[in-house]
Amino acid sequence: MTMHTTGRALAEARAIVTGLRTLREPAPPALAGAVLSAVGIVDAYAEMPGPIGPLFVAWGPGGVSAVDRAEDAAAFEEAYLARTGRPLHRVGRVPERLARQVDRRIRGERRRSLPVDLTGLNEFQRRVLAKTMEIPYGEVRPYAWVAREIGHPRAQRAVGTALAQNPIPFVIPCHRVVRSDGRIGRYGAGGPTAKRAVLASEGIDPDELERIATAGVRYLGSDTTRIYCYPSCRHARRTSPQHLVRFRTAADGRMAGFRPCKVCRPVDEAIAA
Amino acid sequence: VCSQCPSQLARDVVSAFPTFVAHHQDLVHGIARRWSRDPSDAEDLSQEAFIRAYRALGRYSPERRHALRTRGWMARIVVNLAHDRARGGDPPTAPLDASADRADIGAATPEATVDRHETNRMWRELLASLPPAYRTAVALRHVDGLSYPEVARALGRPLGTVKSDVHRGVRLLRLAFEARVAAEAADDPHRYTATDARAGRSIPPRANVEVTP
Repeated sequence: MTMHTTGRALAEARAIVTGLRTLREPAPPALAGAVLSAVGIVDAYAEMPGPIGPLFVAWGPGGVSAVDRAEDAAAFEEAYLARTGRPLHRVGRVPERLARQVDRRIRGERRRSLPVDLTGLNEFQRRVLAKTMEIPYGEVRPYAWVAREIGHPRAQRAVGTALAQNPIPFVIPCHRVVRSDGRIGRYGAGGPTAKRAVLASEGIDPDELERIATAGVRYLGSDTTRIYCYPSCRHARRTSPQHLVRFRTAADGRMAGFRPCKVCRPVDEAIAA
Repeated sequence: VCSQCPSQLARDVVSAFPTFVAHHQDLVHGIARRWSRDPSDAEDLSQEAFIRAYRALGRYSPERRHALRTRGWMARIVVNLAHDRARGGDPPTAPLDASADRADIGAATPEATVDRHETNRMWRELLASLPPAYRTAVALRHVDGLSYPEVARALGRPLGTVKSDVHRGVRLLRLAFEARVAAEAADDPHRYTATDARAGRSIPPRANVEVTP
């Protein structure tokens, strides 16, 4: 072999090596997170559609562990680490089964229980959130109602604080808890506007709720059953207009010979206080 | 790349594993991609390989983890897994529609993208035309960038065999590449591959190109 051909062969071999190197490609960004969550070192989260725009949904071995509006990924990860002590990795999508369960829960189909992971919350917060999960789709209850139901009738403010820190909004429907005076109140997952939008997505008209409240009406009764309810209770809503009786206070209802509904269990201020 | 991995792994697998994954994911996914029909298969395969590695690391003693040469070891896990999946058959030829899209995100112009696609496609085709044994060794050495001892480890074969496979593979590629460049210069549609080179077929004549009116 002459010097010339050897030189050419070498140059070509180098071209081959350089050319092959162009086939190298980086791993997809979601791979590491998927691996780490599969072996249980980190919890995973992904984006999925929600009632008022896309959501971040995080899950770990204990079930759904965090939800928020899909806006600030870094803030979501940071808050998660701060609360649970576990790092969070974004993956491509929420596993099919879990996504279906979350979606059903949000749309009010509660046929199967959805495990939730409330790591990092104290006993009081857990009880508030567990109670809130019992509020039916399309209905609202006052903070005082949650407080009374968990056996702390005076702890309305603490209930409000616990709900403001709800790590799993939408799935745990803190948007269904409103002020006792009928106003919609504050909302951790995007403020009052967002709260109205979520309620509207459930078929509740927040303006109508506030209009009723501004008119001084807190309870609706039926003169056929002689039962009074919260205005959004399904039993109040199926009462026909000619039988509807309006009460400013529970005491007014009692005095008129009505009893509280056993489904929505309205708080009697006189008894609660 | 991963000089600190073994000592970290020896101390604590759980805390070292995220770094381990970060340092080996391109390698693992690169191998998996060549053995998979589509990107989601490749991700599945990569994920399973890492899960196997994690379990194995949990069983190993700290001494064994410390002595681990991780790149060759990890490559071997993917290759074995891919072999199992293919049930011992030939590796599928490297996919022609490989996901070049992701790598193109940073490309400056559409023309540059087209160029890269073309070059990529050519190298993929050339590599795919190699006989399986050469192809695997060449890809591990020159695409994934493993050292010869790492390739030997990954394939479970003697160092000498691996070296000669790579050299022979590169020589075949060189012949095929040379022929292709010549053919392209002559605007010849025939694609001369390493298979032709191996079969002893000569480079097609460049003159007498038939031009259909």
